[in-house]
Amino acid sequence: MSVREDGRGARDVPAVEFTGVTRSYPGGVRALDGVDLLVERGEMVAIVGPSGSGKSTVLNMIGTLDAPTEGTVRVFGHDVGALDDGALSALRARTLGFVFQRFHLAPNVRALDNVADGLLYTGAPLRERRARARAALERVGLADRVGHRPHELSGGQRQRVAIARAVVGSPDLLLADEPTGALDTVSGAEVMGLLRGLHGDGVTVIVITHDRELAAQAPRRLEVRDGRVVADSAAPLAEGVS
Amino acid sequence: MSRSEARKRRSARRDRPRPARLSPLDHLRTGASGLRARPARVVLSALGIAIGIAAMVAVVGISASGRADLEATLARLGTDLITVAPGSTFFGGDATLPEEARGRIDRMPEVERTSQVEQVNGAKVYRSDLVPAGESGGIGVHGVGVDLKDTLRARTVLGEWFNGATTDHPAVVLGASAAERLGVTRITPDTLVLIGGEYFSVVGVLAPVELAPELDNAALVGQESAEKLLGATGDPSTIYVRTDPERTAQARDLIGRNANPEHPNEVEVSRPSDALAAGQAADRTLQGLLLGLGGVALLVGGVGVANTMVISVLERRGEIGLRRALGATRGAVRVQFLVEAMALSLLGGVFGVALGALVTLVFALLRGWPFALPWWAGAGAVAATVAIGAVAGLLPALRAAAQHPVEALSAD
Repeated sequence: MSVREDGRGARDVPAVEFTGVTRSYPGGVRALDGVDLLVERGEMVAIVGPSGSGKSTVLNMIGTLDAPTEGTVRVFGHDVGALDDGALSALRARTLGFVFQRFHLAPNVRALDNVADGLLYTGAPLRERRARARAALERVGLADRVGHRPHELSGGQRQRVAIARAVVGSPDLLLADEPTGALDTVSGAEVMGLLRGLHGDGVTVIVITHDRELAAQAPRRLEVRDGRVVADSAAPLAEGVS
Repeated sequence: MSRSEARKRRSARRDRPRPARLSPLDHLRTGASGLRARPARVVLSALGIAIGIAAMVAVVGISASGRADLEATLARLGTDLITVAPGSTFFGGDATLPEEARGRIDRMPEVERTSQVEQVNGAKVYRSDLVPAGESGGIGVHGVGVDLKDTLRARTVLGEWFNGATTDHPAVVLGASAAERLGVTRITPDTLVLIGGEYFSVVGVLAPVELAPELDNAALVGQESAEKLLGATGDPSTIYVRTDPERTAQARDLIGRNANPEHPNEVEVSRPSDALAAGQAADRTLQGLLLGLGGVALLVGGVGVANTMVISVLERRGEIGLRRALGATRGAVRVQFLVEAMALSLLGGVFGVALGALVTLVFALLRGWPFALPWWAGAGAVAATVAIGAVAGLLPALRAAAQHPVEALSAD
């Protein structure tokens, strides 16, 4: 087992660790400004904030889709800034799951194969991908919609397909960017319920939402404004506790 | 560097996540998925490639079929025939073949059989005495022997060739175009033509004689009746020589000297099968031109594929972003779009080969040729389209891979 400089074993490395993270764009716009953040494994965190506050940037950093211009982002101990494209892609394929506001399902492709594509880049063979996709669809309550194409599904069902795709690879960390943003209240509540269930199963869940009511269901809430974390409902455990 | 530091670095490298390699089948499936989503566009842009490939395959196929037909014709007619005719004298006048020419050629060891014809000067051919004298149609009259048909391997399409009994009768066998000009389409006992003021009954019509096209526009009469009725002299105007197929070239070199030992250069010796083959070779220029045109069509098709791919990459930024989030490396995205372009182009190529083969088949059937399409034409076309797809898809694939995942995901 590898040992970190701070003495923590690999098993208890935090899921996410931001140290002085800044993301600025050419022209001087600062989306994030010196953010420190620690998310332990197994937490469920809601990030709230007005649009343009930088909350999506936080999520993209955690998802290794974006890299900080200053500071370090560690995801399960990996320094995102130090990894090349192949290593980041592998991290995303095996460790992270994404859910988007607009679902991003492939049109004209049945739910089963949309979900199975969540495993495509892990190198699993097609037969295994489909078998696990079937199980994942069952888990989100869509066992009877396996052969349906996205346009044959309601918005809530589509988002559940997308969640199935995000969790089909059993990721350690699930990232959801406004997962209920395009849904009605009932479907939104269903989706949030699903995410809470996954959290209950031990998956670390970080969800962005503008809906304070939904955010209130998360055990921990972070408020982001003007590129800074302005409120954290539950300060994380102090470092070094084993 | 301290030892522990080195160890740490090594272990960091070992901990570094390594992307999985997709199987070739998965690459293929992923590349093809982009095509399945937009069938109409796929058909249209593959069509450009298909037309170019079809044109090139058809040119190769038609020329191969023509060559196959020529080979079959030559196999049937033999390449061992040599034609001996008088050339011109040293002073530019018309030479003649000596009377004994045929006998001497016959005695050559390389020669298997000979036949001679005599062009009868001054005799004109008319369908009847009502035709004005000027409208003779340029049909020549030749005195021939019974043996001529077998030497030339000529065939009759109507009636019959001479037999021993008809050569001294006023009977005539017409060449293919002579019969057409005279309007002889069937033969009855009273089918007559007027030759040099005498009525001759038509006993047969020949199919075009490939090895002696000069006989196509001719009226052939028996040598005896030619001499009796038309004033023929018995001097050969052309001698047709069948040689031992193994020694044709040798015979060709020697025949002039044998035909006219005093003036061998006044003898014109030719091998008609060479002329047939040369005619085929003359088509090469046209073929080259057509191939060039096909190449241009192919190029345009390739540009079409590139265009389709550029648009596809622009439209599918969301998909690219998603795939990156699912763990696709830049390389995987690059391969996906490259495979898609190659598959698109290949689709056009396969369709084009089929279309080109069909065109060749129809053309060969219409011409009565055997169908021939060299395997390398199909294989080359398919390989070429894959290469074109790779070239056309390269830039779009690089662009797709260079997309920033965040921007791609937020694109409409």
